[in-house]
Amino acid sequence: MLASLLRILALIRKEMLAILSDPRSRATIFLPPVLQCLVFGYAATYDLSNVSYAVLDQDHSAASHELLARLDGSGVFVRVANLARAADIAAVIDQREALLVIQIGQDFERRLQAGRSADVQVIADGRNSNTAGTALGYVNAIVVSFNATWAEAHGQAAPPLQITSRAWYNPNLETRWNMVPALIGTLTMLQTLLLTAMSVAREREQGTFDQLLVTPFRPVEIMIGKAIPSMIIGTIQASSILLVAQLWFQIPFEGSYLTLFTGLGLFLLAAVGVGLLLSSVVTTMQQALLYSFVLVMPFTLLSGLAVPLSNMPPIFQYLTLANPLRFAIDIAQRVYLEGIGLDRLGPDLLPLAITALITLSGAAWMFRHGIE
Amino acid sequence: MIPASRSAALIRVAALVRKEAYQLVRDPSSIAIGVIMPVLLILLFGYALSLDVKSVPVAVVLEDTSPAASELAAGFRLSPYFAAEITTSMRHAEELMLERRIDGIIRVRSDFARRLSAGTADVQILVHGSDANRARIIDTYARGAIGQWAEQRTAEGRAPAVGAAAVTTRMWFNEADDSHYFLVPGLIVLIMTLIGAFLTTLVMAREWERGTFEAMFVTPVRTGEILLSKMIPYFVLGIGGLVLCILAAKFLFQVPFRGSVLVLAGVSTLYLLVSLAIGLLVSSATKSQFVSSMVTLVVTFLPAMMLSGFLFDLRSMPDVIRWISYVLPARYYVALLQTIFLAGDIWSVIWPNAGMLALMAAILLAATRAVTRKELA
Repeated sequence: MLASLLRILALIRKEMLAILSDPRSRATIFLPPVLQCLVFGYAATYDLSNVSYAVLDQDHSAASHELLARLDGSGVFVRVANLARAADIAAVIDQREALLVIQIGQDFERRLQAGRSADVQVIADGRNSNTAGTALGYVNAIVVSFNATWAEAHGQAAPPLQITSRAWYNPNLETRWNMVPALIGTLTMLQTLLLTAMSVAREREQGTFDQLLVTPFRPVEIMIGKAIPSMIIGTIQASSILLVAQLWFQIPFEGSYLTLFTGLGLFLLAAVGVGLLLSSVVTTMQQALLYSFVLVMPFTLLSGLAVPLSNMPPIFQYLTLANPLRFAIDIAQRVYLEGIGLDRLGPDLLPLAITALITLSGAAWMFRHGIE
Repeated sequence: MIPASRSAALIRVAALVRKEAYQLVRDPSSIAIGVIMPVLLILLFGYALSLDVKSVPVAVVLEDTSPAASELAAGFRLSPYFAAEITTSMRHAEELMLERRIDGIIRVRSDFARRLSAGTADVQILVHGSDANRARIIDTYARGAIGQWAEQRTAEGRAPAVGAAAVTTRMWFNEADDSHYFLVPGLIVLIMTLIGAFLTTLVMAREWERGTFEAMFVTPVRTGEILLSKMIPYFVLGIGGLVLCILAAKFLFQVPFRGSVLVLAGVSTLYLLVSLAIGLLVSSATKSQFVSSMVTLVVTFLPAMMLSGFLFDLRSMPDVIRWISYVLPARYYVALLQTIFLAGDIWSVIWPNAGMLALMAAILLAATRAVTRKELA
């Protein structure tokens, strides 16, 4: 037992040296997660802060000027053109100069004063309909607040109904708040899986795996010796992203570190299991790389990172049960933002444990039997 | 003399292309990336991924039992955007939200009807913020549903009319607001990047690692010929992927195609050349499969997804990030694809973007040629 432990420790030491001794591979392991977290933390946002728009104001009244002043003063909209004719609308949209064109008809103020509904036409560039939809939502909110102020200022009755909304766990509805914690799982997944698959494949390709097999190492010991270094590196990567989230992006951490790392540990175990199972079927580094990629791609797309899971048809939702990343993201977001404890994490931890169990025992079997 | 050497070069390139093509076809992992992956991505993008919000599970809490309140609730039950559960207990609704069984709560308080006649009624919307984008869309739709109910009352004369600006919207190029319209062009970028850069980044490094590149030093093959022979098979594979995507876009997902195929083929060729050059450049410069694939992933694939304007709006990113995006080829290709597919051949968009791609292709190919030398390191 002790001898076995010592052997495993020696193998772990050798693996860590193999990964960390080359400065280039050291850099590719520790730099990208932090850099990507910084870049994507800023880039991966559905929030808009700089919406270019053009105006076709046919009313030129106090009311239309007030509405436009509200848009200009919102800090979100930037006016890029004042159009004179409706025929000019097509050009500014086609050439992507403006995302929106706001058209105010010539009886806008008169209709407002008469207590009728006055039309504001908004034309949006739908080439990215998600961005356009968000921008239209912003316009709507500004028009609602314009209506309330205008009615009050002109002695009309305020709208009889007020709507107030509040968001749980993310009061200002910033995409960054849910994106950055999700990156803790996403960025570590790829490297953990790849590192594991590659370390076995490299030994295969260079012929050292056969040498390892004639040493006193048992196949399971080799497997553990390959798994633990990847998990250590995965944990370091996850911690560095966690630090960026808190120190750089200042997203408040609501949960407990123990809960978070318990969940992440199980996730890393599942990821390493997938990597080991993969490594037992590949013979070259190229195959290890390409197959890892073929796996990670659907894992990422079906994880809820950029596209919500609830929009998917039921078959795909069932498929995502086998996706460790889906649960890692859920754990990271819920522990980070909602501060929930282990007692409520069961639905996330169970599938991860099952994936880890199946892949690790599958890999162990393959290590014992499948290696030709 | 010259024709003879030229035909010899042609024969050498043809032989190398054949060897490279055999290697490509015979390795199951290349086939997995070059053929299976595009098909898988097309299926995922077409059938699994959608940013459209429909049948959102929400709870409508009716603490008031007046006809007005139940009318409001009926609006939510009938809306295609919501799958509403009507309840009278706020605690029950909060419990559902904690378990993430619902994404939002619409609360109508017990004094709703009384305050409505006094003109001070209030409806509360609570959304789960852990997906901010979705939460905002849900909030907008919920306000829309409540607004519709209020308008209905005004129209029937049960509520006083007030002068108010009303927004009517039109979404050009995507009237139905279908997220496939912009996801599918984005998919082409991903597939072209994958085939162009990711596969080629391994081929040069592999030859260095295995020492077969040194073996080529003693043959009459020139560096340019080696590079050419590495590009041709992957170029063909990339064009194959493009054809597959266009067919899927047209017949499977019914995304409109308003530009011309010729322009699309032209700009795709440019982008494919840029991707191939990046893959080969990184591969030659690092001479290691692991390092080169990591570098390629970071400089091509992830930016194609995150920094290209395919999902996230470039104009809303901080200046530094936007500057970075200007040196990434994917942003120009995404702009071209979205325009050619959805808007048509708008030359004022096509020329500058295609020009940038051509410039990048020229610089990168020259750099690749300069970095790859038949000499021992």
